[in-house]
Amino acid sequence: MGRKKKMTMERRHNLTGWLFLSIGVLLICWTSFYPMIQAFILSMKNGLGVNLKFAGFSNYLRILKDPTFKGTLFNTFFYLIIQVPIMLTLALVLASILNNKDLKWKGLWRTCIFLPCATSLVSYSMIFRSLFANDGFINTLLRGIGLSPVMWFANAWTARFVIIIALIWRWTGYNMVFYLSGLQNIDYSVYEAARIDGATPRQTLFKITIPLLKPTILLTTITSTNGTLQLFDESLNLTNGGPGKSTMTMSHYIYNTSFVQSPNFGYAAAMSIVILVMVAILAVIQMKVGDER
Amino acid sequence: MKLKKVLACLLAGTMVLSMASVMTAGAASDEDNKLTVWTWDPNFNIYAINKAAEIYAKDHDGFTVEVTEIQSDDIESKITSAVQAGDLSTLPDIFLMQDNSFQKYVTFYPDVFTPLSDSGIDFSQFSAAKVAYSTLDGTNYGVPFDNGAVINCIRTDLIEQAGYTVDDFTDITWSDYMEKAKVVLEKTGLPMLTAQAGSPDIIMEMLQSCGASLFNEDGTGNIAENDVLKKCVEIYAQMVADGTLVEVTDWDQYIASLNNSSVASTFNGCWIMASIQAAEDQSGKWAITNMPKLDDVENATNYSNNGGSSWAISSNTSHKDLAVDFLNATFAGSTELYDDVISKGALATWAPAGESDAYNVPVDFYGGDTVYAKIVDFATKTPSNTTGAFYYDARDAVGVALSNITQTGADVDSELQTAQETLDFNMGM
Repeated sequence: MGRKKKMTMERRHNLTGWLFLSIGVLLICWTSFYPMIQAFILSMKNGLGVNLKFAGFSNYLRILKDPTFKGTLFNTFFYLIIQVPIMLTLALVLASILNNKDLKWKGLWRTCIFLPCATSLVSYSMIFRSLFANDGFINTLLRGIGLSPVMWFANAWTARFVIIIALIWRWTGYNMVFYLSGLQNIDYSVYEAARIDGATPRQTLFKITIPLLKPTILLTTITSTNGTLQLFDESLNLTNGGPGKSTMTMSHYIYNTSFVQSPNFGYAAAMSIVILVMVAILAVIQMKVGDER
Repeated sequence: MKLKKVLACLLAGTMVLSMASVMTAGAASDEDNKLTVWTWDPNFNIYAINKAAEIYAKDHDGFTVEVTEIQSDDIESKITSAVQAGDLSTLPDIFLMQDNSFQKYVTFYPDVFTPLSDSGIDFSQFSAAKVAYSTLDGTNYGVPFDNGAVINCIRTDLIEQAGYTVDDFTDITWSDYMEKAKVVLEKTGLPMLTAQAGSPDIIMEMLQSCGASLFNEDGTGNIAENDVLKKCVEIYAQMVADGTLVEVTDWDQYIASLNNSSVASTFNGCWIMASIQAAEDQSGKWAITNMPKLDDVENATNYSNNGGSSWAISSNTSHKDLAVDFLNATFAGSTELYDDVISKGALATWAPAGESDAYNVPVDFYGGDTVYAKIVDFATKTPSNTTGAFYYDARDAVGVALSNITQTGADVDSELQTAQETLDFNMGM
């Protein structure tokens, strides 16, 4: 029997640490990284149904020639550029109001605003669809106040508008909660000191609240960007991409490529990888802009 | 602290229990006398399969079917997912598939189906055009079920206000139809037709009524240079512009428009009868006739087809013999079954059923007309057309073109050109 080296205390601690870590690492590799690699390999294959053949980067070249993909890319970025700033500003305003110390029934208001997040994506999409239907609630309301009803889903721009309204309704409360928790980490004495120094509410917002909330704002921007680029449920259930394909998102197109049209999984995987790259690039830009250390 | 422990134990306990219950549920479905079935529409297909099981159980003690209601496109997604995942164990013993989807799935996912050519089912007793939907390279993969002969369902009480009877809409051309629709709109304030926006059902029916389709004989797409298609699209767009055809946002609103008297007529596959008859208070107010035919088109008829489906046995089944025998004894061998399901508008494509007396029974809902015999007659006069694996790609592309044309007033030629390019793009690897 050889001489067994005694482990040092530090080594032992390290090993225990790695042991705990390894379970998580293995799970992530198995459920996340392995499928990602598989998806990448799939994106290099070509063919319909199960008849797949290796085809190099031809699927990626195909994306460049696909007018539908460009259309859905435009739609997705349109939602991103219009909806995310409106939603985040609204969330910040609501959070500031609800953070007011003197506000009565704070819990009730917070719950009310957060509640939309508890609804399933499919059910709220369907509710919005019936609200904005030709003889739906919104048009009844419009008729009631003497305006002419709008065929919301018959026109590309009004249909996109409905999607944006729906998204704002669904996600504002979610982001507000992040801002609220961020705001609660800002010591109230900072505001008191500012007030004593004669700062206006405007100055307080721009000089104290927003700078101190920066990490939270960065977080919500990245998650919202990410979420919008992967937008799917609303496109499928609210407008079904219509009229034509004018409200269809990239994820919806990927779904159609796999399940509605003749199944072309290689091409669908290639488009998914492209979205992944876009999300990554946008996140890096946002981090560079947001991080001033 | 103690409370937490108790809670943790309870939680763990429920999890174990629920897992156990899942496992026993799995074991229970393994009975030898039970088939699992996926299909849609409780008034129609589900009713039919349950009826078939009832009939089969008379000679086979203890036989049951376990039906799961799944929409047809969800069945297709589930099949796609199962094959791509390489695990067919989630599939049922029997599933129903739209005839228009059959070629696509048999072509791309042949492993999902049990070939039925040598199963003992006599396919020669079905109409040849119908069997062709579920046959690829000479192998049968499906047992034909219902026919989708197009019927023009008209509210007699409404067109009467415009001074018309059903005869005024029988054996007519589209130009005539469009003029009469304007009169109906003027007198009743109601559109002649409603349609689901973005869904080219009506266009496809018009095409087939001329024996035309979106494909050439060799399987290539035929959209941009298709004069018949162009004519159909122009008629549709003109009717939308006239206000005689109103587009609604989804299928539910389409059905609602039929049931709540906000439209004077509709034409669709004869399976639409089940939905129309759901409004029992409208009994006697409906009549059935044939659809209009296109002017100046060679081979144009007043007859077409929309929908219809066939039963398939999955390759995953562990009861292959039972499933084959069940379908053979019922959908391919029981006049009793077809006599019963005809009341739902499920028109048999199995020849012996068509000779049954049940088809000559007058139906009060349609003013005492012998509508079933009428539909059988329509079905035999329906021209067949070319479909194929890319049917839905083509249909989708035309749907997009159609919404752009009717809703944004886009140019017909350039939209059809775009649709052709989309189809070519999907077909070319």
